[in-house]
Amino acid sequence: MNQLVRHESFLVPAALVLRQRVIQAVAVALFVSAACFAIVQSLPGDIAFRIAAGRYGYDQVTAASAEAVRADLGLDRPAWLQLLDWLASLARFDLGTSLVTGGNVAGELALHLSGSLQLAAAALVLAFLAGTAAGTLAAFRPGGTLDRALTFWVSAARALPPFLLGLVLILVFSVHLGVLPATGHGESTNIVLPALTLATGLSGLFARVSRDAVIRIRQSDYVRFAATKGLGGRLIFIRHVLRNTGVTLVPYIGVQAIILIEGVVVIESLFAWPGLGHALVHAIFWRDVPMIQATALALALLVVLLNTATDLAVLAIDPRPRTSQAAS
Amino acid sequence: MTQTITPTPGGTPDTTLPSPALQNDAPPANRWYSGRSTGQLLAMSGLALLVLFALLGPLLWTEHAVQDLSRFLEPPSLADPLGRDHLGRSVVARLAHATRLSLLLAVLGVVTALAAGTLAGIVAAWRGGWVDASLNAMSEALIALPAILVVLLFSAMANGELWTLYAGLALAQWVEYFRMVRARSSLVLAGPAVEAAGLLKLGRAHILRRHLWPELRPLLATMATFGIGSSILALSTLGFVGIGIRPPTPELGLMITEAFPYYNEAPWMSLAPVLVLTTTLIGLLGLRNKESRA
Repeated sequence: MNQLVRHESFLVPAALVLRQRVIQAVAVALFVSAACFAIVQSLPGDIAFRIAAGRYGYDQVTAASAEAVRADLGLDRPAWLQLLDWLASLARFDLGTSLVTGGNVAGELALHLSGSLQLAAAALVLAFLAGTAAGTLAAFRPGGTLDRALTFWVSAARALPPFLLGLVLILVFSVHLGVLPATGHGESTNIVLPALTLATGLSGLFARVSRDAVIRIRQSDYVRFAATKGLGGRLIFIRHVLRNTGVTLVPYIGVQAIILIEGVVVIESLFAWPGLGHALVHAIFWRDVPMIQATALALALLVVLLNTATDLAVLAIDPRPRTSQAAS
Repeated sequence: MTQTITPTPGGTPDTTLPSPALQNDAPPANRWYSGRSTGQLLAMSGLALLVLFALLGPLLWTEHAVQDLSRFLEPPSLADPLGRDHLGRSVVARLAHATRLSLLLAVLGVVTALAAGTLAGIVAAWRGGWVDASLNAMSEALIALPAILVVLLFSAMANGELWTLYAGLALAQWVEYFRMVRARSSLVLAGPAVEAAGLLKLGRAHILRRHLWPELRPLLATMATFGIGSSILALSTLGFVGIGIRPPTPELGLMITEAFPYYNEAPWMSLAPVLVLTTTLIGLLGLRNKESRA
C-alpha cells in the first residue's frame, strides 16, 4: 500500500517535469531555427541565384532561371510567411541537404552525434569520478594540505580557458613527451586528451560540491547516530555519507550541462574530433545553413535532454521534494 | 508619475523609516581600499594595468596592420617590446588593439544585457500577468542555450560584422540578469517594507531606489564581473577557432592561434596574448571572490 502511494507520487511530478522540459525543447528549437532563418536572410547576394546554381548548375544561372526558382519557392513572399514555411519543414523533421557536401543533413548528423556523445560521456564520467574522489578525500581534513590544493585546483580550472588548457596538454603530452596523439579519431588513445581537457574544467565544481556536502553530512545527526549505534567507519561512509552526497551531486550534472556542451564545441574544434561542435564550426565558416541549423539544434536539445535526465534522476533517488510538491 | 512628484514630507521619512535597504548599507566604506583583501587589491591593480594598456596602448603604438616582411619574427627590442610577428607586424600594437577591442565588446555586451535584463525582470515582477508569462517563457528557451552557441549563430549573420558579436553577447546574457532580478524583485515587492511604502504613497521611484536597487546592486555587480570574464573568454574562443573577428583585425584568441606555430622560435609572441587573457580572467575572479562569499 505504502509502496503504491510512493510510486504514484513519483509519476505526477515526473509528468510535470517532462511537460515543462518538452515546452522548453520546442521553444529552443524555435529560437535556433529562427536564428538560422535570419542567417539565410542576411547572407549577401540573392538566395534565388544560389539555389538556381544548385539546381541547374552554374552555367545555367540566368535571371530567368532565378525568377523561376523565386516563383517556385515563393521567395518573393513576405519574410514572415517564408519563416513559417521554414519552421514547418523543421516540424516535419526535414533538415534539408548540406550546401557544401550535398549530402543528407540527417545522415551526417547521426555520425557527428555519436562522436560528440562519446566525448561528452567520457569527460562527464572522468570529471565526476575524479572530482568526487578529490572532494571526498579533502573533506576528511578541512583546511589540510589536500583541501588547500583542491581550492587552488578549483579556481585554476575556472580561470584557465579550456582552449588554452587543451593547447598546454597538446604541448606537454604530444609535442614534448610524445605519448598521446593530439588529433585523430579511430584509435582508443585519441579520446584521452580531449576528454581530459573537458573533464578538467568540469571537475572543479564536482570537487567543491562534494567536499562541502561530505563535510556537512559527516556532521549531521544521522551520521552521529549511526556512529553511536556502533556502526563501523567504512559502513557509515558507504551507507550514509556516500549515498547522501550522491543526492546533492546529481543535480549539478544538470548545472554542468551547458558548460559541457560549450566545451564540446571548443574542444572538438581544437582536437579535430569529429563531432557536432566541430561540424557546427565548419558549417558556420562555410555558411552551410542547413548544417548550422541541424548541429545547433542537436547541441541545444542535448542540454535540455541532459537537464531532463537529471531532473528525473533527482526525483527518483530523493523522495523529499516529491512529497512536498504533492502537498503544495 | 504624479505620485512621484507629490512632496514626500520633507524627505525625512526616508531616513527615519527602518527599511531593510538602509541596514544593508550599514558598513561604511570610507576608502575604496578599506575592507578589501590583498588578493582583491592585487586583482584590482592587475585589471587597472590592463585597462590602462587597452586605453593608452593603441595611442602609443598606432599601427597594428603595417607589415614588414624583412622583420619576420624579430625578437623584442625597445621600440617593439614584444617583437614582430610572422608577417613583421608589431606584436605590442596588435596586443593593445586586441585588448581594447575585447574589453570594449565585453563591457558593452554586459552593460546592455544588464540594463535589458534588469528592466525586464523588474517589469515582469511588478506587472505579473501576461507580461511576466511571455518574458518568462522566452527566458526558459534562452537559459537552455549555451552562450557560445548563441554568439556563434549571431556571428554567422551579416558576414560576421562586429555588431553581430555584440548583439550575440547581449542576447545570450540578458536572461541571467532577468531571472535573478525577477526572483529577487518579486520577493522584495511582496515584502512588508514595500507594502508600507505603498501605504505611505511614496511612489514607484522611491520603491525602486530605496528597496529594489540596494537589494539588487551587489548581486548585479558580482554577476557583471563574471559576465565580462565569460564574454572575453567567448570572444577569444571564437577567435581561436577561427570564426569570430576576421583575421586582419587583431583579437586575443586569433593571436594565440597565429602565434602557435612559431612558439619555439618566438615564444613571446604566443605568451603575450595568453598572459593578457589569463590576467583578465584571474583578475575578475579575484575581484569577485569575497563578495560572493559574504
